[in-house]
Amino acid sequence: MTAPANPPAQESLLRFEKVTLHFDEITALDSVSFELHAGDTRVVLGAAGSGKTTLLKAAIGLIRPESGKIFLFGREITGLKETQLFELRSGVGVLFQEGGLFDSITVEENVAYPMLNRPQHSESLQEVEQKVKEALRFVELEQTLEQYPSELSGGMRRRVGIARAVVSEPPLVLYDSPTAGLDPITANTIMALIVKERDVKNTGNLIVTQRYQDGQLMANFRYNHSSGHLEPTASNGGPGGPGSNPTHTIFMVMKDGRVVFEGAQHELEASQDDYVQKFVPKHA
Amino acid sequence: MVASGNAGARLLDFLKPPVAAIQDFYILAGRALLNLFRGPHYLEDVILQMDAIGVGSLPIVILTGFFSGFVITMQMSRALAQYGATDQVGSIVAITLVRELGPVLTALLVAGRNASGIASELGSMKVTEQIDAMRALGTDPIQKLVTPRMIATCVMLPMLTIVADFLGMIGGFVIAYFQIGLGVSQYWTTAYQALEYNDVVQGLLKPFVFAFIISLVGCFYGLRTTGGTQGVGLATTKAVVAASVWVFVVTSLLTRIFVNLH
Repeated sequence: MTAPANPPAQESLLRFEKVTLHFDEITALDSVSFELHAGDTRVVLGAAGSGKTTLLKAAIGLIRPESGKIFLFGREITGLKETQLFELRSGVGVLFQEGGLFDSITVEENVAYPMLNRPQHSESLQEVEQKVKEALRFVELEQTLEQYPSELSGGMRRRVGIARAVVSEPPLVLYDSPTAGLDPITANTIMALIVKERDVKNTGNLIVTQRYQDGQLMANFRYNHSSGHLEPTASNGGPGGPGSNPTHTIFMVMKDGRVVFEGAQHELEASQDDYVQKFVPKHA
Repeated sequence: MVASGNAGARLLDFLKPPVAAIQDFYILAGRALLNLFRGPHYLEDVILQMDAIGVGSLPIVILTGFFSGFVITMQMSRALAQYGATDQVGSIVAITLVRELGPVLTALLVAGRNASGIASELGSMKVTEQIDAMRALGTDPIQKLVTPRMIATCVMLPMLTIVADFLGMIGGFVIAYFQIGLGVSQYWTTAYQALEYNDVVQGLLKPFVFAFIISLVGCFYGLRTTGGTQGVGLATTKAVVAASVWVFVVTSLLTRIFVNLH
């Protein structure tokens, strides 16, 4: 039942099969089906209330669907008890919309939390401390160890949230509106960190967002290990050309709980659907 | 026929939310209690909560306990004077405080101070997705947040009640000694002799039961919070009102039981 540490490519990390969920009279998810493999990225676009966050929460069993099946690391989670889910969730990193940091503990304790509280942790305190520092170095916030989340800016909180999501090196990371409410420069910094995490650790990513630019960055840029910077991929001017999708990024557009579009970036840009077009800037 | 069918459906719709809420409350209470027997146990959180609930409430409990005994003695001395029984004021103060006023007043103070605190803290955590984050990171929020608060309240409320009872008797003594002119041993002997085993048991059992109600009601409304900061305020108000009302309902039931036992 434990989540795989380094899943081989094309192994299914997450699968939705006709998942349906209502909140009273409102349809939050309507027969949603998709599959996410190791190393792949799914960018879920949609207006507020379209079911994006519900989809993300359902993926780790925080919300239970009324019908349909959800498979996490190949195991069906829809019928599992909360205590059984804890172990599976330890293989998933989650960045919540506002960071979801615990405001009564320090940044260091927040980042260490997933390692110290997972059902079977074997690391010594020194190892945990080392990994926490590495994770905070990854998001360039080493100096905030002793600070409390309330002392950080919105962008910094989001970066600490990323550090906490990736500290235990999970094979699957879920991001809930990672750039919502941030200025363009901070939003780009956050997305660059997500691209870096994907390319350094080869994680599967499910990114829920309202910003097309977030998906564009995921689809068209790679992290260069030697230079330490992001660089354009084949689909963005390199060899292979447009449509080659070397980053395995698939876009999904949701409306009223339904998936109304699923495809690569060039297909999204070519879509004639009015609703889908609202998420693609005219110059794209 | 159709009209009666509609009325039935409306009644069912009307009853569904409170019945569902009661069911959710029992599930929460059951899981919080079961967690006493299964790990992990968050001892550090229990101690922190004991400090916040117990030590934090001490000043207000001391003040309220002292002045309640003070006021009871003043009021009772006038009534007892009509029968020439002012020397019995110690026994009246002891019985009133230990059986009823000590547990209920302390519970109401702790409900106002801590049920609101618990509901607002957990409510804020709920609306800022900290509860979801906790679940996503492999921690049971009931184990981590509810059970420690329940244990801490159950340990501290009976202790606070003992403090309130004792301070109330001292408050009564101040009036009995300086205003009525009773002797030290006269007041304390009547007070001590008036108390029976039944009184002490109900005086300690009641705060223990109130502690369950206050902590679980606070946690229940906190964890059900929706709708941002406004929702947190609403949850806090509901928690205090519900906890206070239940304290009165339960004290009536327990008093009835103990009166019958006597």
